[in-house]
Amino acid sequence: MKSFWQRFLGNPRVMVGLGWVALVVLVSLFADILAPRDPFAIVGTPFLKPGSEFLLGTDSLGRDIFSGLLHGARTTLLIAIVSTLVAVAFGTLVGAVAGYYGGLIDDVLMRTTEFFQTIPSFLFAIVLIAILSPSVANMVTAIAVVSWPPITRVVRAEVLSVKSREFVQAAVVAGQRDSAILLTQVLPNTLSPLIVTGSLLIATAILIESALSFLGLGAPNQMSWGFMIGAGRSFLRDAWWLVTIPGVAILLTVLSINLVGEGLNDALNPRLTDL
Amino acid sequence: MSDPVLSIEKLTVALPAWSDRKHALTEVSLSVGKKEIVCVVGESGSGKSIMGKAILGLLPKPHVRVTGGRIIFEDRDILSLSDDEMRALRGGRIAMIFQEPMTALNPLMKVGRQIDEVLEVHTDLAPRARRDRVLQLVNDVHLPDPQRIINSYPHQLSGGQRQRIVIAMALALEPALIIADEPTTALDVTTQAQILHLMKELQRSHGTSVLFITHDFGVVAEIADRVVVMRHGEVVETGPVDDVLRNPAAEYTRDLVAAVPSLRPRLRDAAPSTAPLLVIRDLEKTYVGAGGLFGGATRTVRAVRKVSLELERQSSLALVGESGSGKSTLARCIVGLETPDGGDILLDGEQLRGLTREQMRPFRRDIQMVFQDPFASLNPRQRVGEIIALGPMIQGVSRKQAYEEAKELLRMVGLSRESIDRYPHEFSGGQRQRIGIARALAVKPKLIVADEPVSALDVSVQKQVLDLLNDLRLKFGLSMLFITHDLRVAATVCEEIAIMQHGEIVERGPTAKIFADPKHAYTRSLLDAVPGKEWINTPA
Repeated sequence: MKSFWQRFLGNPRVMVGLGWVALVVLVSLFADILAPRDPFAIVGTPFLKPGSEFLLGTDSLGRDIFSGLLHGARTTLLIAIVSTLVAVAFGTLVGAVAGYYGGLIDDVLMRTTEFFQTIPSFLFAIVLIAILSPSVANMVTAIAVVSWPPITRVVRAEVLSVKSREFVQAAVVAGQRDSAILLTQVLPNTLSPLIVTGSLLIATAILIESALSFLGLGAPNQMSWGFMIGAGRSFLRDAWWLVTIPGVAILLTVLSINLVGEGLNDALNPRLTDL
Repeated sequence: MSDPVLSIEKLTVALPAWSDRKHALTEVSLSVGKKEIVCVVGESGSGKSIMGKAILGLLPKPHVRVTGGRIIFEDRDILSLSDDEMRALRGGRIAMIFQEPMTALNPLMKVGRQIDEVLEVHTDLAPRARRDRVLQLVNDVHLPDPQRIINSYPHQLSGGQRQRIVIAMALALEPALIIADEPTTALDVTTQAQILHLMKELQRSHGTSVLFITHDFGVVAEIADRVVVMRHGEVVETGPVDDVLRNPAAEYTRDLVAAVPSLRPRLRDAAPSTAPLLVIRDLEKTYVGAGGLFGGATRTVRAVRKVSLELERQSSLALVGESGSGKSTLARCIVGLETPDGGDILLDGEQLRGLTREQMRPFRRDIQMVFQDPFASLNPRQRVGEIIALGPMIQGVSRKQAYEEAKELLRMVGLSRESIDRYPHEFSGGQRQRIGIARALAVKPKLIVADEPVSALDVSVQKQVLDLLNDLRLKFGLSMLFITHDLRVAATVCEEIAIMQHGEIVERGPTAKIFADPKHAYTRSLLDAVPGKEWINTPA
């Protein structure tokens, strides 16, 4: 039997996905060095084609698309990762409590979760931003609020199956407190599905963030991929690169994260693959 | 015998490259004669089930495959047959009985139809003739009210009834050979005795040969004509049942036979002290099925009914019963995993019933539990040290001291002190159970409740763990409440026995007395059902 890392890194799809994700993370970390100018600054003639004076051309107002792409990666990734972390933390808490205590607590928490699940998540996110006003913090809040229910479901199901195992009963017999049992005995054994769901959630968060920015509900004064597509969409016929470049960036990033997520799933649950 | 039905010659089955050994079977040879029951006996990992699957062509290809040898069945080499010929053979000339009857039957089909389907696929009988044949088969396996049984779904039948249906299906086409893979392991001991009896009777009347795979020497003694002992994929010994069981030639067989718990009752070693350690009075526990949000019928099960028990200091009491007798529920009530509905649990005169978990904490150092499944009872993500030291640390022992004591405990249960830094998956089943025992002992309890602690273990490991429990009990001056379904194990470990049935204790007393003179009819039927009791009782 190969080890987890051998199974994970030995998967060519994972390596492709990880490669692109690493690239995106690196350029967003070093965006200020690679493209030191403000991405909103007008630097040249509008509608310059890629490969001319600027590597990826300029947009309708003469802004550097390359610079926008790098700074946009930073905004998009930051919002996606932070909102996923918040969703995972909150979803885990709710799911763990519901699954562990069961009974009335479970009923109340799960009916609430279902309430959130039944609202179409993108519309809900739009409504939240409309109420809260667009800003980075509110984007994170809105995306987290619409994406925690699946995490809750996954964690609850895992907790339900783990809590009936004998080692949990052994901890009860040893006199451990409920909170300690949840933290040290139950939750560590729910990690693998949580990691997989969480990693895929980042991809969903990127899509929501881009869609909100596309509609102009993104954080003001923050360059982002969705905003670039939104700003360039009316010039699609004349200047295809305005929309295509950030669009391809979103496509590749979401695809890569999904590849990594599925690779994680295969590596953590080896029975699903052919060993 | 002159003309064997099945003969296996130097069969070798390869395992995939990542396994811990290269071959599941290495040059295994054996034969099954006409009207003969051959038992293949071995511990887990001996390759006995792989052999059964190889004969039926059910190996998980392509990872596990036959690399050498021949399987001759009715003068044909099975290994050279095409898939279609193999399919005709399976269910036709060779039938299979599996361990778990629930999974062997289709839950969505009436059992009569399932037997009928076998006939429909393999014979040209008219529907009417088939119906008569099904009725006759159900009659043959002694199921009451055959008409009703035929129209039942598998979940409406008991485990024993289901296994009878599976046997009826196996017999439907009058096969020449039946391969039975642990067919009674999932059943209660009295049901097991009935099924074994039935199989032997049907085998005689139908003249079928049987290859019976089992891990239990008691079952072997009951049913076998000849025995094949296997270990690590090799045949260790073959011979007539009396020779192998009474004068085993191979050392491994001798060890295995010696490890089978005897029915010799254990005698009281010390005079009982005056005040009992644990007193249970009129304990009751009823499970009420939840009616759900919209009401509906609720189901109540009275798992424990007005049970009273006393356990003396430094003594051990076995609680024996079949599944559903309430023995585990009683144990779980005592350690505080279940809340009883009524009655008293007094430990050293202190009332434990009705305590909250908070109030119960100080008593945790007095009562500890050893669990059944060594693979589920240790947290896979914690190191052995953490697992053992948890109890003492909750009781206020410093981390350093708890770990020192844990090391010492590991040495006492026969593991190295360095095991403390390893994870549970690095240990075998028997070793894990030793860790579980060390965990229970870590808080230096007065009473240990052991819930079927050896039923998941191989017989040789079982003996080691029982010996260990016994030694430690004497060394620490512990009392033990030992839950088991196996009278043989109970007799080895405990000087007193209480028999439970339907949530009540029907008989209790010193082991020797109960064995010599059982009063209650249920106790007698349990004693009668012990597999291989004649062999165990007559000294070699």
